[in-house]
Amino acid sequence: MRHLIDILDLSAEEIDDLIATAGDIIAHPEKYREACRYRKLATLFFEPSTRTRLSFEAAMLELGGQVLGFSEASSSSAAKGESVADTVAVVGGYADIIAMRHPKEGAPLVAATRSEVPIINAGDGGHFHPTQTLTDLFTIRREKGHFDNLTVGLCGDLKFGRTVHSLIAALSRYSGIRFVLISPEELKLPSYVKEAYIKQKHIPYEQTVSLEKALPSLDVLYMTRVQRERFFNEEDYLRLRDSYILTPEKMRLARPDMIVLHPLPRVNEISTEVDSDPRAAYFRQAKNGKYIRMALILMLLGIRVGEEQTYAH
Amino acid sequence: MHIDAIKNGIVIDHISAGRAMQIYDMLSLDKLDCPVAILKNVPSKKMGRKDIIKIDCDLQIDLNVLGYVSPSITVVYVRDGVVAEKKHIGLPERLTDIIRCKNPRCITSTEQGIHHVFRLVDPAGGVYRCIYCDAKAEPQNR
Repeated sequence: MRHLIDILDLSAEEIDDLIATAGDIIAHPEKYREACRYRKLATLFFEPSTRTRLSFEAAMLELGGQVLGFSEASSSSAAKGESVADTVAVVGGYADIIAMRHPKEGAPLVAATRSEVPIINAGDGGHFHPTQTLTDLFTIRREKGHFDNLTVGLCGDLKFGRTVHSLIAALSRYSGIRFVLISPEELKLPSYVKEAYIKQKHIPYEQTVSLEKALPSLDVLYMTRVQRERFFNEEDYLRLRDSYILTPEKMRLARPDMIVLHPLPRVNEISTEVDSDPRAAYFRQAKNGKYIRMALILMLLGIRVGEEQTYAH
Repeated sequence: MHIDAIKNGIVIDHISAGRAMQIYDMLSLDKLDCPVAILKNVPSKKMGRKDIIKIDCDLQIDLNVLGYVSPSITVVYVRDGVVAEKKHIGLPERLTDIIRCKNPRCITSTEQGIHHVFRLVDPAGGVYRCIYCDAKAEPQNR
């Protein structure tokens, strides 16, 4: 039985398969409407996350399945002190697959050791969020048509941003990738991430504090939020905050075919005026999250729909 | 100082100076009823100073964990008064319940009944990370 705890649990080939299936779902939704009939997805959300939970639920409903679960720990048996292992051992008797979000890092891995049904990590604290990375990869593939030879800029909080670390890990498996790491000194990419996924694989990269300088060379710009609580003092935060706000003026420096991604929710790091720019792909990205989760549910349940699954770009 | 040679047992040699008691506790050698000798600060050509533990009985335990405490360790198995086998203990791939994860955000801080497991991620640097949260094992644990 397969689980998805870390994006690296999936090989590059398996990610390609998921992307192909998600593309086929968009092209031929009718083929998939009954694919999970009589199957149930349990969404065990020990901390609130509206968009991820709704995305999982929408995915299962569009596959003809049903959903059950809870959206915060206070309405679950965890409030009575039940362990994660016991919760999944019980829920596994009610559902065919479980999507779990938990504030504690590693909780889905503990769940996977006890579960009799597949576990999907829907976010474990500041640790992993593999379905966000799948969403990011699917969006890059749909928008750009390939992963190879892309220059990917990652901007904002590269130190604590879990989505950034996972995306770097996943993209580092493709050839010709180049990273531009755009962040203030205080929020630089941790050296262990750089060592494991960039330096060891001899991937070319550049570090800069200037978004303006980086923009002209990018095929993909992945924006993240610079959060106030990450700074030791208010002055530093205010000094740096505005330099990482993407505006229409800054977008003029970018290539006409660059795309802008953001895991959302955004606060102010992308001006709303950028939304109407065709290069702003973040809302398309959010929608793609549902399709790639549909593909993932099918894969983990071992369901193949038809034999002809072609990637629709 | 003279310590009698052992007949059947184990000599744990090349322990970093000062670490012998840590190993004594970790292997629960206090529970043995055979002779156990701890030699501290023994002059060593290779290490300057080292600790040695001599155990004069057969010991059926997993010694791989010793590599984590002191990667320089050599284990010498003695049978009928002669050296039967000499083994260098390197860093083990996994450590189970040897060190505890200190990350307060890790599931091990709240979940009952799970093992604290660390995996070796950088053999050259001797770096271990928690399998649940990827937190680095703190050097003071070693």
